[in-house]
Parts: sequence; structure tokens; C-alpha cells
Amino acid sequence: TGGGLRVVFLGGCPRRGGHGCRLSRRRFLLCTAGDFVKVYSAATEELVRLLRGHGGLVTGVGLNPHNRLQLYSCSLDGSIKLWDFTDGILIKTFTVGYKLLALYALDSCEDSVFVIIPKRGERDTFQLVSVKLTKTAGQDVEAKEFSVVLEGVDASPKCTAFGREGEYVASVKNFHLQVYFFKRKQLNRFSLRATNAKGGNNLFTCVACHPKEDCIATGHADGKIRLWRNFYHNKEYVFSTMHWHHDRVMDLSFSIEGTSLLSGGVEAVLVQWHSGSDCKKDFLPRLGSAIEYISVSSDGTLYCTLHTDNRITIINSNLRFSKSIQGLIRARDVKTGLVVDPRTKALVLNGEAGHLQFYCLQSDKQLYSLDIVQQEYIQQAGLNQTDLVKVAFSAQGKWLATVEEREEEPDLELHLKLWFFDEETQSFKLNTQISMPHDDHITAMCFRDMDELEDDSLILVTAGKDCLFKVWVILEDTDPEAQQSLSWSCDFVGSYHNYQATNCCFSEDGSLLAVSFEETVTVWDSSTWDLKCTFCHPPGKIRDICFGRLTCSKYLIGATDHGFLCCWNLLSCALEWSAHLNVVILQPDPLSEHIAAVSWLSKESSLFVFKPNEPRPICIQRNLCQEKIQFAAFVPRDVPETVGSEKYVWLRRSQLYFLTDAQELMTFSTKSSEERLTVSSKQLAVEESLPVTPFSLLLGKHRHQQSQGDIDLTKVVRNHHEQDSPAVKELLHTPAHVLPSASFLCPIFINSLLISKEKKSAEEVADEVEMESEEAEEDSDEEEDVTEMEQENTKSMDLLGEITCKLSKAEEKELRKVRKTDYSWISAF
Amino acid sequence: MGPLEVHRVRFFGLVPAGVRCLAYLPRRRRLALARTDGAVEVYGLEEGCFQEKAIPGHQARSVEALCWAAGERLFGAGLSGDITEYDLQRLRPARTVDGFGGPIWSMVANGGGTRLAIGCEDGSVKLFQVVPGGIQFEKNLDRQKGRVLCLSWHPSGTHIAAGSIDFIRVLDVRSGRTVQRIMVNYHVPKPKKRECVVWGIAFLSDGTVVSSDSFGRVQFWDWERGTLLESHTVSTSAVLSLAVSEKEDSIVVGTSTGATYQLQLLPVKAGSQEKRWVRTKPFQYHTHDVRAVAHSPTALISGGRGAHQAGWGGGVPLPDASSPRSAWLPGLDAQLVIRPLMEKVQRKGYEAVLRKFTFPHRRLVSCARKARLLLFQFSQHLELWRLGSTNETGKDGEVLPVCRMPEHLLQLKSKVGLGRGCGRGLGGLCRPRSAPPRPPQGPEHIYCSCVSPCGGWVAYSTASRFHLYRVQHEGDGVSVKKVPGVPKLLLPAYQLQCASDAGRLFVGSERGSVHVLQLLEPGGCKHLHTLRPPAGTAEAVYLLASSADGNWLAAVSGDWEIHVYSLKHFKHHCTVPTYSCAVTALAIHPATNNLVIAYADQQLFEFSIPEKQYTAWSRTVQNCGLHKAWLERDSPITHIAFNPQNPAHILLHDVYMFCVLDKSLPLPDASTPLLNQSTLKQLPEHARQRQLHAFKICKKFQPLLFAELLEENRLVLVERPLADIRAQLPPPVQQQPFGT
Repeated sequence: TGGGLRVVFLGGCPRRGGHGCRLSRRRFLLCTAGDFVKVYSAATEELVRLLRGHGGLVTGVGLNPHNRLQLYSCSLDGSIKLWDFTDGILIKTFTVGYKLLALYALDSCEDSVFVIIPKRGERDTFQLVSVKLTKTAGQDVEAKEFSVVLEGVDASPKCTAFGREGEYVASVKNFHLQVYFFKRKQLNRFSLRATNAKGGNNLFTCVACHPKEDCIATGHADGKIRLWRNFYHNKEYVFSTMHWHHDRVMDLSFSIEGTSLLSGGVEAVLVQWHSGSDCKKDFLPRLGSAIEYISVSSDGTLYCTLHTDNRITIINSNLRFSKSIQGLIRARDVKTGLVVDPRTKALVLNGEAGHLQFYCLQSDKQLYSLDIVQQEYIQQAGLNQTDLVKVAFSAQGKWLATVEEREEEPDLELHLKLWFFDEETQSFKLNTQISMPHDDHITAMCFRDMDELEDDSLILVTAGKDCLFKVWVILEDTDPEAQQSLSWSCDFVGSYHNYQATNCCFSEDGSLLAVSFEETVTVWDSSTWDLKCTFCHPPGKIRDICFGRLTCSKYLIGATDHGFLCCWNLLSCALEWSAHLNVVILQPDPLSEHIAAVSWLSKESSLFVFKPNEPRPICIQRNLCQEKIQFAAFVPRDVPETVGSEKYVWLRRSQLYFLTDAQELMTFSTKSSEERLTVSSKQLAVEESLPVTPFSLLLGKHRHQQSQGDIDLTKVVRNHHEQDSPAVKELLHTPAHVLPSASFLCPIFINSLLISKEKKSAEEVADEVEMESEEAEEDSDEEEDVTEMEQENTKSMDLLGEITCKLSKAEEKELRKVRKTDYSWISAF
Repeated sequence: MGPLEVHRVRFFGLVPAGVRCLAYLPRRRRLALARTDGAVEVYGLEEGCFQEKAIPGHQARSVEALCWAAGERLFGAGLSGDITEYDLQRLRPARTVDGFGGPIWSMVANGGGTRLAIGCEDGSVKLFQVVPGGIQFEKNLDRQKGRVLCLSWHPSGTHIAAGSIDFIRVLDVRSGRTVQRIMVNYHVPKPKKRECVVWGIAFLSDGTVVSSDSFGRVQFWDWERGTLLESHTVSTSAVLSLAVSEKEDSIVVGTSTGATYQLQLLPVKAGSQEKRWVRTKPFQYHTHDVRAVAHSPTALISGGRGAHQAGWGGGVPLPDASSPRSAWLPGLDAQLVIRPLMEKVQRKGYEAVLRKFTFPHRRLVSCARKARLLLFQFSQHLELWRLGSTNETGKDGEVLPVCRMPEHLLQLKSKVGLGRGCGRGLGGLCRPRSAPPRPPQGPEHIYCSCVSPCGGWVAYSTASRFHLYRVQHEGDGVSVKKVPGVPKLLLPAYQLQCASDAGRLFVGSERGSVHVLQLLEPGGCKHLHTLRPPAGTAEAVYLLASSADGNWLAAVSGDWEIHVYSLKHFKHHCTVPTYSCAVTALAIHPATNNLVIAYADQQLFEFSIPEKQYTAWSRTVQNCGLHKAWLERDSPITHIAFNPQNPAHILLHDVYMFCVLDKSLPLPDASTPLLNQSTLKQLPEHARQRQLHAFKICKKFQPLLFAELLEENRLVLVERPLADIRAQLPPPVQQQPFGT
């Protein structure tokens, strides 16, 4: 595999997160996510399709009102794309040439959509324009014909809404509401005063239009909702006010018949207002975090809310919670860092306020959320809440230690909690709670990573700003009436010249403990708690320390905040080497000797991977991203990956994940970007003359295949392997009465399985394929449809019987693999 | 005028009575209002809002319902069980008829004003015919148990809707039968079932009955089928009052939390026929019950029993943010609020302004300038106070310590009336003999009062009696002696005024007449003469002004004619040219004998009595026009005084400002701000001279009930702080901020 490392974005901060979501009648949930559009099934909450193709942030999606299986998406890259979202096919791309900030597709407009674009020549001025989507043939169409509808609109898609049957459009900005009537070509403007006498803030935040009546609902910064009626009169317009939210109304949406209005805000409560009255309302509370967007499915049976913490909630129309789609929950502030749960291999970090989230990387889902603080979160500005700051797992994941703190000047509240994994309930149970374990902030915490067969050997060390480090051990309670026999207590308190303890870590065998005290690293014997030796590399305080592993376990690595990376030899107690590098994160791989160091210099983060025994880095990856990387973690792979280049051998057993300041989770992939594209998005290689039917697609694919000859070998094999399976799928899924005769299809099918003659020696290829397929299997979670197709493929072979005429070696290999696959699932039918 | 020493008087403990009911007469744009103490007031809403007529109440005469009928006749009914017709010319109850149904809770007139329907405690609805000179019992409609709290005629006059506890009835007027009976709390689950009181009802011409009830609902019923059409829960507390606009496209309701709401009939879609009632504007002007609402074509009118909180309820865009009303002080008890409907008002000006009335537009304070006494008039008693004094002097704006505290000298209680004084017998057209006479309980309310400038005489009048007291000052104490042998013919007296030399007392009376009494030492009086307008009038005199030299007397009667009499010859001198607007205050200049007149539309005139014509200054004012900000003030000038040291100064005040009008300075033009005192202070001397204009306005003292200049540049200002009134009210209904 050629190419270098590629940074892959996994989960999102709000900027890359959802910018809108739509529910289709067929119960698909369409959601923008970064440069992609995600299609979820509302029934199973599974990700059905990932629509890739935009070259910039996708800002809006809208169902094609004339074909419910199609959707429009717009992006900052200046294009509108029309997709068949059930199949994930890109049908057309309309190039507008402006940054597109929102998109509205209306029933009443046959061939145009409305988009918000920046006004030429003016900064921060936006206009709503109608773009004519010409019906010309061709995939890439220029859409330059547009007319301005409204000037001076807000860039947010929530601030513009289209009224009943597209008769009018309402848009709010600052303290003004403007309504434009298309038929009468009349523009009415209504203004509110900035503040009212009671100190309310009348700023408009969002707008929604009644689907059946002439009624506009607007949300305001002080939590009020105003219902405007009679707005075709410039003077005799009226509005009524409804007030429940205590802070700004984030989004509003009418139900499909307009009988109720949904509103959401920071309270994380979905409010349903009935018949425009202040007195009748229903609530769905405790939705986790502030509601950003509300969407109603086009058949009215489902609501969907998008939250600031990157979660989607699906709600039945009777206001019952139905499902939640959550990837990486966006915490207000990640303080715990990235920790790997040894039991589930899930990433553990701050989630909801006071909770610890267990995020499964393979399925991009939250496994569960553990309530650590166990206090109701109060949504109020300026209130200091208890926050989770440190997390540590014991080696086998049996024990979990958490630290929570609440800072109320000048007092500090600290709690150290120890949780025991209960096998029966399969969850963590609180074992010991220690109030004020230190007198000041806890800076670091670690378990002694031993094979914990015996609980006795388990040791927890905490280091604090109160210049102490404390050692905690398990005590067995002899009292038979005690509810639990195990509890934790302090065993040893250490300090060094009254310096603040900043870091601590155990050596791999657990015999040594290194604690850094400002500029000095101290090494302690973990059995006697004697100070063995100290290391110092002035000037600069120690920022991070770690021990080397396996063959390099005699080294101790430290990074100082004056930009030095030092490696000390524990045997000689001398500095082995040092390098000038501003390291912010030092992360050892638990399964190999490799240590990853992330540096931050002048607005770019770089990665250096090295072994402690040689001062030369194995791998340097400059300019990982623009943002500062906050945390990193090595997550062990289930199966070691085959890595071609020596440079990337450190990725073999574990994968490195990063979390940036903006809470974007990133990782490395050695695969090139084209390979990661789904098959489906390539399916559109259809000749224009052919009508787009499954069958023509099948034929077109074949022809296309033949035409491409000079592509590098491995790729062809891969393409082949990938592309024939959907062909078979198409074949099987097309209704029998529209299929041509079998005699016509058979040669095509067989041909599609063949590899053209001009291939090189089969041996090499076979090897490559083996590796590739392994990789594919491993990636099966990400590319589910591929594996599915493979199974389909085998089935079709069974059905078609004796087609084993002349097979190339590659195909024999394929077949062998097929034979190996597990067929037990068939017996279930 | 040099610096003034101001007596800031805050010990006038007036608490206005709450508003009980309202009746609006669209044709003449008159609003009748009844207070909880039985007083009835009539406001003109045409040009400025001025309390044109006031009939003091009576302990025994509560008014539960008011209505206009047969043109401009005003009827009231109350818990005494009587229907009273008010004589608006002589300002007293004219006739009283017993309804024979126990206490009367509601009364409405039909569209033509020819019939009155009353709803009684015993559950009966009775019809009366309005005939010239009184009303005549017509018939009883079907009686059912349960007091009838509200009534409404169908505009055609064929049916009446009656609201009771738990149900609404529709009665056929011709047959007298109940044709529909609707249970209003049918949908309430059994265990929760409480009494549902229907507080307000309206019968619309399309057959819809609108009801408001104690559950906070406004409901729309189809009367023929008895089905519920729409229900709006507007409040968690009771909806106490309801009024419909004439066009039947807007409803205003008042709730017991002090909020009023407007409901409007709006088209569902543009251009479609389908319309729906939508609750639109909430207003929170009161803190206590809104017992009465009225709907004029351009305004919502609500009368509260409680104080309002500052601010606008709905954040409605103001017509003019720079207008002086945008900064409102907290209001208070018993206020009448007129909230204009901005969209219906064609021009800016008087109509487009939110108005709040708390204090009567009458003079309740009189001042003995020489003796430094203040006489406060309450509804049932008078208080005489001596002003405090100080020895110190200070700079501008400084508060001086009081070395002698103000002193409460005297309290005069109104006596129990003479039984049947209030004209009960006069209208006994259909008064049955068998009815036992019910003597009124409690003291009578005071119509007017005054103290002589020397402080030696105090006079007051109730509906039935006129009282004159001689006050002797002995050192710090006082003694009071009633003057015997007061002439009886004077009654009723509507305005009292002492001549400045304390030799004469002028009594404004009915039919435009003014009686002149000679006050005799040591304690007696003699009727000298009765002055009458030459053409005669039916209206009573409500304002008097006498000149300092004792030669002239000006009297204003209810038809707004100003007659000037010569007191030397006891004869009519002249009539001020008629200006068709209510006179709110007038006074005669002590030096020039110019009569200064303030009208309800905020116009000012100066009329020279000796020359019988408007003065040159007055003509200049009329030619130039007054400043826009002055004309848009919403509270009438209630008192005019002069500065003896500087004849060019006229002192004017209304509730919210005190103004020194300097005739020697140029009038402000439209571009200069009217209120410029604070900016002037910061300007250097020469710039200040250029900026000066005739109106020097001070808004420091609010709400201002009285202002008078004593000798030596001392000014008395009587304030009634709203917080003091609020402290005397029961606590308002508390509501959680989020209502959950």
C-alpha cells in the first residue's frame, strides 16, 4: 500500500457535527456531519449510508419534494448535490460558485431551490437567493442562474423559514422579522425593540412557519416564543407571546399538521405547545444536553432533535423517547484525557456533565455512560458544578478510579472514588469514596499495572498540587457484617522538598514509581517506598513522564516545558539522550516499545514516534492538524495489522487516537483516500446514453471496467473484488420480470468474474490479495456493505452452480476463502 | 423666579377606591366608571382624557353594574337590590327602583337602549323598560337557582345569555323561557370538580356565546346546539371580566392576576373566509384583580383593583420611543388604564398613548396660604395639617432638616346622613309603598371642601348637608366650632372657594348657580346673593376662581361655559368664548385680573376679564401653537397658581410634572426639547440665555396632587408616593416566574 499516513476524522465537534437533520417519510434520518451526509435508519438507529463527495463542510440537506428518495445537499464548497440517498448514489452536482450556507427545497418550486449565499463584496452580509437547477443532461451542471429573494438575512439556516405552500418566506435577523410574499411581491418588515422594560432580550434566534395557516413562530434570546399572525398587514399584525424557556430558544418546529409547536433550548427539554396557547404544553425533559435542531418527519410520526453534545434523539410524536443515536458525546470540557478501558477497548472520557462515556471506536457508538458525580446538573451560567477531572483503570479493568472536583473560590471540593467492576450487573459499582484526598488539585493518578491476580498487589498513586503524592491500597475488612469486604485507604504519603507533584507513573513491572516534582523526577521503590534516585534537566518543569516498555524498560522519558525531551537510563542513572522538542503529550504504546510524542509549535501539531533506546525517531508526521492536540491514546488492535512500510510498524499492534482542542477525534490510517470511498459513490460511472436502471448500471460497470487497463495491479484486483459483488447484488435484487433472459446474463456474469489476461504473475498478486482481504475483514465494521456483498457473492455462486470453468489463481484464492467462511448462518433460515 | 423652598408633603394618605365596573358609550366616547366605594365617574375620551363628572359614593350604595341606555342616561345597580339612574347634570343619583330580586349582580341594556335586563341573586332575570323619567318593570324571565352573575343581550334583542355558577343559560326574551342550558365544567373530572363561576359573558351576533370563567378559560359556545366551539385557557387564575368590540372582531378579558389579554378574530390564511379567535396581546398593568374591562374601537380599557408594575407587557413596539411615557413610574391601586390599539390609531397624538389614571382630576387639597395649613379631603373625612418649617437655608437641590414637624391638627368626620337625602324619593315612579325604608348606613361621602386662606374657616359639603366650621388657633392647638344656622338652600354644593380676604365663601351649585356667603366674625354666615348665568343652564358648577382683589369670580359649569361675574355688583360680567373642550383648571391673576384657563386637550388660554377678550399673549400662543411634547402629555393640568413677586409667571401642574410658565420668555419651537432644565444647568451662562424658553418643567415630584405658592418663595407640593399606596393593599397574587 502506497501513500503516507492519512489523518482521519472520526467524531465531531459542533463545527464538524450536524448542521441540520431531516427525517424522510421512509424513516431515514439524514444528517450532515462534516463533509458528509449520514443516512441513519430511524427504526434501527444504524448508519445506512454515508454520502461522501462534498469538498467542504456540508451546511444543509433538503429532501427533494418531487422525489422522496432523493435529497439535495449544499456545502461550503459551492455546490449543490442531488443524491439518491437510499442507494447512496450521487446523481448530479450543481456548481453555484458561492459558499452555500443553507438550503431549502420547496414543494411549490418545480426546478429551483433556495440557498443562502454571502453577498459579493460585503463581509458578513448574506442573501437568500433562488437557484434554478437546470435539467440538462450531465452529472456536473453549472447553476449560475439565480435571483435574489431577500437581502440581509442571517447566515444560520434556522433564521429563515418558508411558509404555507411556499407563499411567503420569513427571515429574522437581530431585532427584525421580514416576510416576503412571493405572489404579491410584497415585503413586510417588523421590528422589536432591543430590550423590553423588564430586561428581556428581544433578539430573534430562530423562526418557523405554520404548515397550514398564516402563522410565524419566532424564538428569542430571552426564551420567549412569539406567534405572529395577520402579518400581511403592515399595521394590524398581531403576535402572542409564550414563555417557558429561561434562556435562548435554539430551534422551533411545527408539527406536520401545525397543531403543535416544538421548541428546544439549553434546558435540554423538548417543549410541545398546543394550539398556540401558553397554558397547554407538554414536556420531554432530560434529553441530556441543549437542543440545537428540531426536525419533524414528513409523515409526522417522528421528531428528531440534534443536541450540542453531538447526539441525535428520535422521539415519537406522542413525545415518548424512542431512540438515541450517539457517537462521541461532546463534553463541555474534556479533562480526563483519553483513557482506554482494558475490558472493552473503548475510549473513556468526559461525556455528559458528571458522566464518563465509554465510546466504542469500532461501531462509532457510545457503549454506555457511567454517572460518576451523581448529582443533577443545573443549567445555569456562572454556576460552578462538580466536574470529573481524572480517570484511571487498573490493568484488567477491574477497578476504576475517578477524581471529581468543584471549585468555589476559595474552597475546593475534591472526591476520589473507586469503582469495582461487578460481573453480575456488568457495570461499575462504587466501592470507596474519599473526600478531600489532597488539599489541592490532583494532577495525576495511576494504578500499578500488574497482573492483578491478587488485589493486594493493587496500588493507586495520586499526585497533588499540595506537594504530596499518596499511595492507596486495598484493605480487607475483617468485620463479617460489613457490606463489602474491600475498601481503599491511604498507605503512604510522600513528598520531595515541598515541590508540587505534577506527574506519576509506574514502570512496566511495577517495581518503580516515578513522580515528578516540578523540575525534578523522583524514582521510588514501590515495595519499600524509598527514594531511589532523582533526575533533573533544568531549566523547565517536567510536563510529562513515562517509562519505556519491553526491551526499553530501563529508560525513563520526560518532557519539560522548556522544550526538551529527555531519556534517562535507570541503570546508570544518567541522561541517555535529549532532544530539543516542545512536547505536549507523551504517550507510550502499551504493546510495544514505541512512544509517541506530540509537539506543538507555531500553530501546528507534529507527531514523533521513537523508541527510547535510539534517539532517532522512527516516524515523523508534521502538521497533523491546525488545532492543538489535547490528548492522545494508543488503542490495542484486536488483530495486528499488516503494515507495509517499516516506518509505520508502530501502528501494527495499536492504533493512535488524538483529541484536539475542538474535540475532534482523529486517528491515522495507512490507506489512501480513494480506497476509503465507498463503492457506491463510484457507481455513477454510467455512460450518459444509458438510462439509469439497475441493469444498465450493471452493463455500464462492465464496460467501464474493460476500458480501464493500465491501473496498477493491486488496485485492479481490489476493484474487481469490490465491484463485481454489487453487480451480482443488482442482478439478484432486480425483479425477475424485468430481467433479460438468463442466457444473455450468464456470459456477462461470468465475464465479470474473470480477470483480463495482461495480469502479472499470480503468486504475488495472491499474496497481496490475502493481505488486502484480511484488512477488509478487519475493517468490516466500517465497510459493512462490502462484507455483505461478499456473502451475497457466495450465495450467487451456489445458485448458479457449475461455473467453475476456468478460474485464475486469484479467483481460486477467492474461492478458497469463500469455502472457509462460516455458513452456519444459513441453517438459521 | 429665584430659588424656591419646597415643602414636600407626603402625609396625605389617600387610597383611591378600586374600579368595580366600566361602561363605554361609543357614540359620545364617554366612559362611565364605578368604584368599589360606590362613586361613579364619567370620563371624556375625545381630546385628552378628563374626568368630567364625578358623583361621590355612599356606603350603602355599592355599584355592581353600570350601563348606558336611552341615549345618554346612565344606570347603575348594586348589591342593595336597587337600580339607580344618575343625574349627570346635577351629579347625584336621580331615581332608585327596587329590583325585587335580592342583590343585583349584573345589568345590561339592549342594543337600542330601550330595555334593561338585570340578573339577581335569586336567579331571576328581570326586564325593565326605559321610559322618560325613569324605568318601568316589564317582566320576569325564567328563573333558575343560582345567582346570575353576568348577562348579555343578543344584538338583535331577541335572546339573553346569562352566566351563573357552573352553567350558562340562553333565554328567549319574548316567551321568557330558558331555551338552552350549557354546563361549563362538564369536562372537568369528577374528583377535581370545583365550582366554576362564569364571570363574564358576551352574545355575538352570529349566535356565539363567549364566556369567561373562574378556571381561567375563555370559551366560545354555539348557543343553539349548546356545543363548545373553542376554548382558550388564558390564565391559571380566574378571568373576571370580558368585553367585545363593536365589530365583534376583538375581545378583551381581565384576570385576577392583574393581566389583561386580547383575543382577536383573525383569518387563518390570507384572503380566506375561515377565521379563528387567537389570543394575542397580554398586558400586565395591574397587580390585583381586573374587575372591569371595556373595548373602545381604538383602545382597551381596564380598571384594576391593584397596582401595576412598570413596563410593557408584550414588548409591543412603541409608536414613539422618545415620548415621555416610555419611562413610567410604578402605578398603584385603583387605576384606570386605557391601552390604545396601535394598529387602529390613524395619527399619533392623544389616542396613541397609553394612559393610566389613578388619582381623581379634582382638587382634594386646599391650602391656607397665610396660616400654612393644608386641608386634605378623604372620601369620608377631612384632615387639617400644619406645615413643618425649617430655620436653615441651603443650596439648590439640598434637603433641609425640618426643625418643626408637620402637625396633624384636626380630623373632621362626615356625619351619618339624614336618612333619605340622596334623592331617593324623587324618582319613586314605580316605587312600591310596601318597601321598607332602608336608612343608609355609615357616613356620607364628601363632595367638596375648602379652608380659608387665613385658616380660620373650614367648609365641606356632602350630598345632603353643608358644614361650616370656625377654627380657632390658640397657640399650637386648635379648637373647632360648628357654625350654626347655615342656609339650607345651597345643596348640593360641588365646589367651594374662599375669597382671599376670607370674608366670603363661594359655593358652586347646580344649574350653573354660585351662592355667595358672607362669613361673619366670630362665627356665623349670611347668604348674600346667588349668581346665575343669564341664559341658564342645567349643568352644575364644577370649578370656581375668584380674583385676589375680590371683584371677580369665574365659574365653570358642566357644559364647559365659563361665566365671569362681578362681585361688586353681583351681576354677570361676561362669558369666555366657548371652546368645546372640558376646562380642567382656571385661575385669575392677582395683578392683572387675567383669567388663565387650561383645557383637557392641553391648550392654555389667557382671557382678560376687564377687556373681555383674550390677551395678546394668548393669541401669540394660539398662533404659534404649543409644543408637541406639551400637547402629548396625557394628564390634565389640575391646578393653576401665580407668583405674586413675578406677574409673568404662571404655575401649572399635573400629576407628573410641575411647570413654571414664564410669559416673558419666547415659546419653544418644535425643534427644541420641551424638557430642558437638566441640560440648561450644564450650559454656560450665555448659552443658557439662548436656550431658555417659556416652559420650565420639573418632574422631580411625582405623583403630584397639589402645588401652591406660599409667601416668601415657598412652594407646597403634595405628593402621594405609589409605594405607600401599595403598602396598604393586600399582597398581589403571587406567580412563579415560570408558572410551573
